[in-house]
Amino acid sequence: MSVTDPAQTDLGFTDPDPRRETPWSRSQIFVTPIASVFLALLLGGILILIQGVNPLTAYWVLFSSALGDVDGLVTVMQKSTPLILTGLAFTVGLRTGLFNIGAQGQLLVGAIGAAWAGYNFQMPAVIHLPFAIVFGMLCGAAWASIAGALRAYRSVSEVITTIMLNAVAIALVDYLASKPLQEEGQPLTRTPLVQATAALPEFGVIPSGFVVALFVSLIIGWMLTRTTQGFRFNTVGLNPSAANYAGIGVKKTIFLAMAVSGALAGMGGAVETLGITGRFEPSFNAGLGFDGITIALLARANPIATIPAAILVGTMRAGAASLQFQTGIEPEVVDVILALTLLFVSAPIVGRLLFRKRAMKQASFSSGWGGA
Amino acid sequence: MRARYAYTLTIAILAGIVVAFAFDENRTVSVLSFSLRYAVPLILAAMVGIICERSGIINIGIEGQMLMSAFAGFFGAAITGNLILGTMIGVGTGMIMGAFLATGAVTWKMDQIIAGVIINIIATGLTSFFYSQGYVLPAITPKLRIPVLADIPLLGPVLFDNGLFTYAALLTAVLLWVLLFKTIWGLRTRSVGEKPGSADTSGINVQRTRFWNVTLAGGLAGLAGAYLSIEAASTFERGLTAGRGFTALAIMIFGAWNPIGALGAALFFGLANGLASQLQADEVIDIPQQFINMLPYILTIVLLAIVSGRVKPPAAIGKPYEKE
Repeated sequence: MSVTDPAQTDLGFTDPDPRRETPWSRSQIFVTPIASVFLALLLGGILILIQGVNPLTAYWVLFSSALGDVDGLVTVMQKSTPLILTGLAFTVGLRTGLFNIGAQGQLLVGAIGAAWAGYNFQMPAVIHLPFAIVFGMLCGAAWASIAGALRAYRSVSEVITTIMLNAVAIALVDYLASKPLQEEGQPLTRTPLVQATAALPEFGVIPSGFVVALFVSLIIGWMLTRTTQGFRFNTVGLNPSAANYAGIGVKKTIFLAMAVSGALAGMGGAVETLGITGRFEPSFNAGLGFDGITIALLARANPIATIPAAILVGTMRAGAASLQFQTGIEPEVVDVILALTLLFVSAPIVGRLLFRKRAMKQASFSSGWGGA
Repeated sequence: MRARYAYTLTIAILAGIVVAFAFDENRTVSVLSFSLRYAVPLILAAMVGIICERSGIINIGIEGQMLMSAFAGFFGAAITGNLILGTMIGVGTGMIMGAFLATGAVTWKMDQIIAGVIINIIATGLTSFFYSQGYVLPAITPKLRIPVLADIPLLGPVLFDNGLFTYAALLTAVLLWVLLFKTIWGLRTRSVGEKPGSADTSGINVQRTRFWNVTLAGGLAGLAGAYLSIEAASTFERGLTAGRGFTALAIMIFGAWNPIGALGAALFFGLANGLASQLQADEVIDIPQQFINMLPYILTIVLLAIVSGRVKPPAAIGKPYEKE
């Protein structure tokens, strides 16, 4: 841990330099992400053009199939729910100066934990549903805590350990769903359906998981800006040595931030399992964790802004299937567009095009492997 | 790791290999060959990490650089019908990916981990998007059997009867050690990674050194990728690299940012996997396949936990250089 290291102080999501602030430069907080998305769609359009399809047609299919009718909107909400939560998971880590690349693994572990808690117990819905969600969160938190403890107490970079734990989680849940937790009398790799008492209800057509995710964003926003613990997270993220001088237990804070981050990702898995799939199947949610990174950076690590960012990504994910069905374009084009969005949001390309160079601040989060 | 432990461990492993060879020649040779083949991309990728981090740039995007190069190398070879041309296309792609990281992390002073993550996501997206089936390589990669040396028992068949990539990987490690510690380029590279301010004062162009080192290192990632698709798998699949780029970073740390140390760590890693899969194949141990798949990743975490705090990374990694 770089306790003695005067680490980077600028996390890129702070306000622009107030001395040079103009209404236009202040607006870069909103303008840059939006311009980045458009630029990414533009370049993605070239890829689509190469495949011999009119990009405007493709984008019309992509967005209209997702937003055009009630079914589409429900799908968007369903897709956005785990994305909001993994976006928040990455945000909490980022605010504390941590890169939790492992939201994917934590989400899988949380999903299978929630599935087990959901089918294995008989209890009234009032207790069962919260129990299953909290159990999923605990599984995610425990999984992230392996990386958190190694980072806090053994100075091992959380970047590598969380990536490794992703791979371990994929193999682990595959084993669990194919042997000990497998549905009886079925050759498929999946767990039994959860009890009705553990399933997330729907409010009319609105999936309640979505409402829960919105609520959690507000709580995390409040926690980061209005509570002592949030202050500790931010201070450790901005300057660990200053935090140390101020009497904040830096190691404990790092450990806790990873656990909270993992709990959020685990909750994403739990809500997906209990609200949509009803059981755990290993293949159902590949790639959600990496989308969380894009979403968090698009939202400039702001928990409230995570909501629109996640809905945008969720819309593209929801429309990708119709895109393939109607135009024959590989759905991976969405991955490329999202990666380009991430590039434009975090590289100073768009900012330099739109704003004077001097008013730009560089995003810098990392200060090495945390060694020494 | 302390040198003393490293020597003790190496001698113990070598003794174990000789004993195993006395009991069962064929099986020992096959396990060792498997281990070496497993280690080849890890060695090359770890060298990428060493060059970049010794220059002060964290390269978390090795995985993506390898994946893109594996893709370009395979389809290059399949379409042109020439393995050497395919390999060169792979290396070139790796250098382009290296230049991409260099532009982001050095020129634009982006956050280095974000820049690497972007490379990984873009590589996964592009290779999946353009992936198409039905292509095959024009030939299998030839083996180069070195006369006389290949006839030495045990050592010969393991070390001197391999594909060109294997020799290239072993040579690269040794060569990089010489370059890093015995040449002016090496001194400059290390100074740029340890104390860029002083390097700048003494007339070294920090930004240019970093930019070219990261770009050229990408070429090695390209070689590793080309090995995976052209020689090891003889095909390209989505996600072919399977986390090797990240494992290589752990190997780099385990080898204390020293090419020879990383070479040893990669071979040890290969041996552990070779042994596990042989034991599984012989049904000596009966572990579900998923746990065998987990082994390299768990081993990485355990090794990192053991070694961290005992080795020191280059002082300036992760920080963009700003002139005072």
